[in-house]
This record gives sequence, structure tokens and C-alpha cells, in this order.
Amino acid sequence: MKKEFRNTIILLVIGVILFLILSFLMDTEILNRYYGRIVILICINVILAVSLNLIIGITGQLTLGHAGFMSIGAYAAAMATIQLNVTFPVALLLGGVAAGLIGYLIGLPTLSLKGDYLAITTLGFGEIIRVVITNIDQLGGGRGLSGIPPKTTFAWVFFIMVFTILIIYNIARSSQGRAMMSVREDEIAAEAMGINTTKYKIMAFVIGSFFAGIAGGLFSHYLMYIKPEQFGFLKSVDLVTYVVMGGMGSLTGSVLSTGILTILPEFLRFMNDYRMIIYPIALIVIMRFRPQGLMGTKELSMKIFDKFSKGSDEDAAFKGK
Amino acid sequence: MGGGRQMEFLQQMINGLSLGFVYALIAIGYTMVYGIIGLINFAHGDVFMVGGYFGFFAATMLHLPFIPTLLVAMGGAALTGVIVEKIAYKPLRNSPKLSILITAIAMSVLLENLVRLKMTTDPQTYPETLLPAHVIRFAGLSIDNRQLIIIGMSILLVVILQFIVFKTKTGKAMRATSFDKDAAALMGINVDSVISITFAIGSALAGAAGVLFGILYSSIDPYMGIMPGLKAFVAAVLGGIGIIPGALWGGLIMGLVETFSKVYISSSYSDAIAFSILIIILIVKPSGLLGKKTREKV
Repeated sequence: MKKEFRNTIILLVIGVILFLILSFLMDTEILNRYYGRIVILICINVILAVSLNLIIGITGQLTLGHAGFMSIGAYAAAMATIQLNVTFPVALLLGGVAAGLIGYLIGLPTLSLKGDYLAITTLGFGEIIRVVITNIDQLGGGRGLSGIPPKTTFAWVFFIMVFTILIIYNIARSSQGRAMMSVREDEIAAEAMGINTTKYKIMAFVIGSFFAGIAGGLFSHYLMYIKPEQFGFLKSVDLVTYVVMGGMGSLTGSVLSTGILTILPEFLRFMNDYRMIIYPIALIVIMRFRPQGLMGTKELSMKIFDKFSKGSDEDAAFKGK
Repeated sequence: MGGGRQMEFLQQMINGLSLGFVYALIAIGYTMVYGIIGLINFAHGDVFMVGGYFGFFAATMLHLPFIPTLLVAMGGAALTGVIVEKIAYKPLRNSPKLSILITAIAMSVLLENLVRLKMTTDPQTYPETLLPAHVIRFAGLSIDNRQLIIIGMSILLVVILQFIVFKTKTGKAMRATSFDKDAAALMGINVDSVISITFAIGSALAGAAGVLFGILYSSIDPYMGIMPGLKAFVAAVLGGIGIIPGALWGGLIMGLVETFSKVYISSSYSDAIAFSILIIILIVKPSGLLGKKTREKV
């Protein structure tokens, strides 16, 4: 059996078990509404972090405008439900497609830039998206868009999160994924090997934007009220922090760090004003001791899986990196 | 009527230039740090904010006049900049670039919240007595003397900086380090202290910009560093990051574009217009206005 397929099944099973446990805990009020809210926000952030990991971690393109694509999805999905009255999955899909489309239009000219220049242009586009939304009255402008029906449930968020992880995991292990990684490792060498680097950069960017749009749709249908400031530069920075903290290219790392970094500020609430002082100090301490991120480029539990199938060494070289 | 419009244009030109010089002073710090360690100092906007607060204290509690206030702010900001370097940059110098990005962002959040904790989020009114406003009438123009002082002060600081970089031994060491860190170390240059000095000088300029910004907008708050910091960062990239004159031109362009688009196009779209110009310039000339085209070697 192919390794990717087996891992996909295992992840799916773990996902279902985790879902059953969590929804049991929520139904019995052991996890009250407050905790339930944190769990849902973690799931949304995981979708964002994992999709961003495809762009930053796997393809190696630093972008600082991911929250902009989230906002496009959030607004597009919300408008689809309010104005067009479509069903929830269709609205989410529309949000994702809208974000992916804009991602394509933005990626086409900018992805030929490298490093810091790419970071600053994506940052610029993120800000432009925010300013444009603030100036569109039909979207509520700076006041924000309210009256979005609450359609996001725990089941929706959780399974979309699981599918996002699975899809990106499989993309990363496909031939396209390997091409993306070669762009990260050495763009010139990749090009010399006949890889169309621009194509794979745009592919990663569009897929990442698509999932960010879906996460945005989930977000707007959960909070029922959105405004442009929620998707500013600082949100993009938060998402980059999740990815770097988890480890570049490590999806389980992204999941882990998103969980920790979403819970940490909530956990520190009892410290009131000192909360936002402890949080950055914690970030600095973690980066000092694990500059490569919590997981590095490795995936959690890969070794455990390998114990079950002796002799599948085809990926050993990749993991050993 | 045509004359009136021309006057209005000149007036806005002066507004744009004074804002542009403030951006330029911040942008120079970004560009100097980038030139020497190849990294964007994400906490720089907050060093600018801290400088503004140092100036505020010097003016309100010590009742210092303008120039000493400026010096206190520059000293305070320089110290803050060096602390940022020692905590966020030095221990991670050999780590991946993005890890340092995260510690720098963490320092930025930390500075904002330390100031917020001490000062609350409410904006503080900058003392007007620091630089009393006079309106100078000249050839039909009414110019705020503070804007002229801001422009003059910025030009003076840039000239001093050029002197330091090109005429002193420290400046030579800085240029050598930015050219080749390892070779500089072999020539007996203490790279660590050069990096610290670079942070200190860049931060001092940002501190001065903090005071000038406080005078220009007459209020400061803990989050005031975010947007000007972002725009100055854009200005540095616009001019070609790593090149000091580029940061100056980039800052002036940003200030003028922002002011003119606010007046003649739309005040709510001015930020978007500034960013659009950046993107267009980068797509046409990816290394910035004054940047040299470097050919990648394999």
C-alpha cells in the first residue's frame, strides 16, 4: 500500500476519533461554550496555518498578506449567504474560489520577485485589499458587515480542517509538491532541472489562498460579524508566526504551534495586563532554543507509523534531512 | 484662480516633504540594519514609538527645550535599539532568517505592550510649548514654522549620518561589514560591535523621527509605530533596501504620494495608492529605485 495513502487513512481515523471525543466533551458541557469557542478558532487558524505552510514552508515563498485572502473569502462567503441565499457549502466554496482567483491575479506579477521584495509586495496587496473593502459601502465599509447567519458548526470546521490537512499533505508528497520543495531549496537548480518554477509558485499560492478563503468563510459564519481590521497586517503576521514556530514545511508542526499559540494568550488571561508581555517573551524563548521551529521539517508521528510497516524506506532519505 | 491652485499645490508640497522626511528618518534605520545583517528589523517602528515617548517625558517632566528633548529621544531610542539587537538578533544570528523575523516581531509586540502598560492606550498630547507654532507668510504662502524646522532638522541629521558613514573610522568599519562580514572580521573589525553601533544609529534617527512625528501630529500612542513603520519599510524597499540615499528618496516619495493622494484623489484610498505605487515600481524595477541589478551566480 502506498505510504501516502496509508497515512491519509490513519490521519482520517485519528481525526474521526478526535472529533468524537471533542464533540462528546462539548455536548456534555465538560468543555463549556468558552472552550468550545477556542477549539473552533484553533481549527480555523489551523486551516490558515497549514495553507500558509504550503506557500512559506514547502515552496519557500515568504508572504505577508495571507489575512487578505482570508478576508476575501470571509466577505465573499458572507455576501453569498446573505444576498444569494446559497447553501453553506456553496458559500464556502465561492469564498475559496474568490480568494484563489484574486490569489492568481496577484501571484502572476509578484511571484517573480524574491525574498523580502516578495514579502513587501504581498504585504502591500494585503493592505490594499483591506483598504478597498473598507471603502465598499455594500460590504459595510469600516463599520463592518453584520447579520451573517451562524452556520459554522464544530463538525463543519473540524472536518474541513482535517480535509485541508490531508489535501495539503498529499500535495506536498506528490510530484508537484516535490517540484515546490525544489523551488524552496534552490530556485536556479530547480529551473536547470527543467522545473517551471513560476508555475509551481503560483500553484502553491493559489491553493494556499483558496484554503485561506474557505477559512475566512468559516470565520465569518461563526462570528456573524466581520470588519476589515480583523484581517490586517497583524493577522498575517500571526499566521506566519504559527508556521515558523511549528517548523517550515511540517504540517503537524503547524497544527501543534497553532494550537499552543491560540491557547497561550487565553491561558494567560488571568495575568490581565501582563498577558501580552508574557506572550512575546515566550515566543522569543522558544525561538532561542528551537530556531528551526517546534518540529523542524519533520512530521510528528511519522516514526510511529513506520514501525508498523517495516522496510518502506523510500522516504527515509527525505525524512533524514 | 490658477495662482490659488498653485499656492495650494506648494502648500501640500511642504506638508508632503515634512511627512516624507519623517518617513525617511525611519527608513534609513531599516536600510542600515538591512545593509549590515541582511534582515528587516520588524521592531523598528516601535523603536520610533519609544523615541516619541522619551521625547514626551523629556518635554513634560524635565521641561527640556526642543534640541535637548530631541537628543534624549535619540539616546533612549538608540538604547532600545541596542537592547532589541541583543535580545532578538544576536543569539539567533546563525539561525534561519524567518526565526529572527519572529523574534523581531515578538520584540515589537513586547515594546508596544510595555509602553501600553506604563502609559495606557490613550493617546498623549504632545506639549505644544516644545516647538511653538508660528505661521510664516512668504510670497502668499502660509507655512507652519514647525514644518520647516522638521525639514531642516531631518536634513541636518542625514548630513551628520553621511559624515559618520563616509568620513569616520566607524563608518568605514560599517561599510566593510556590510560588504563582507567575514572578510571584515579577518581585517580586525569587531563585527559584533559594528552591528550594535548600526542598530544604535538607525534607532537614534527613528527616535528623532518619533519626536518630530509627535510635533507634526501633536499626539502619540503605543501603536503609533505600526503604520509609519510599515510605510517607512515600504519607502526603504522602494528606494532599494540597503542603500541610504535610496531610503531618503523612498521616504520623500512616500510622504509626497500620501499627502497628494489625500488631497487630490481620495483620503480613504491614500494608503492603497501608496502601496500600489510600490508594487508597480517593484514589478518594473525589482531591486528598487536606486538598487543595482545583481546577477545571481550559481
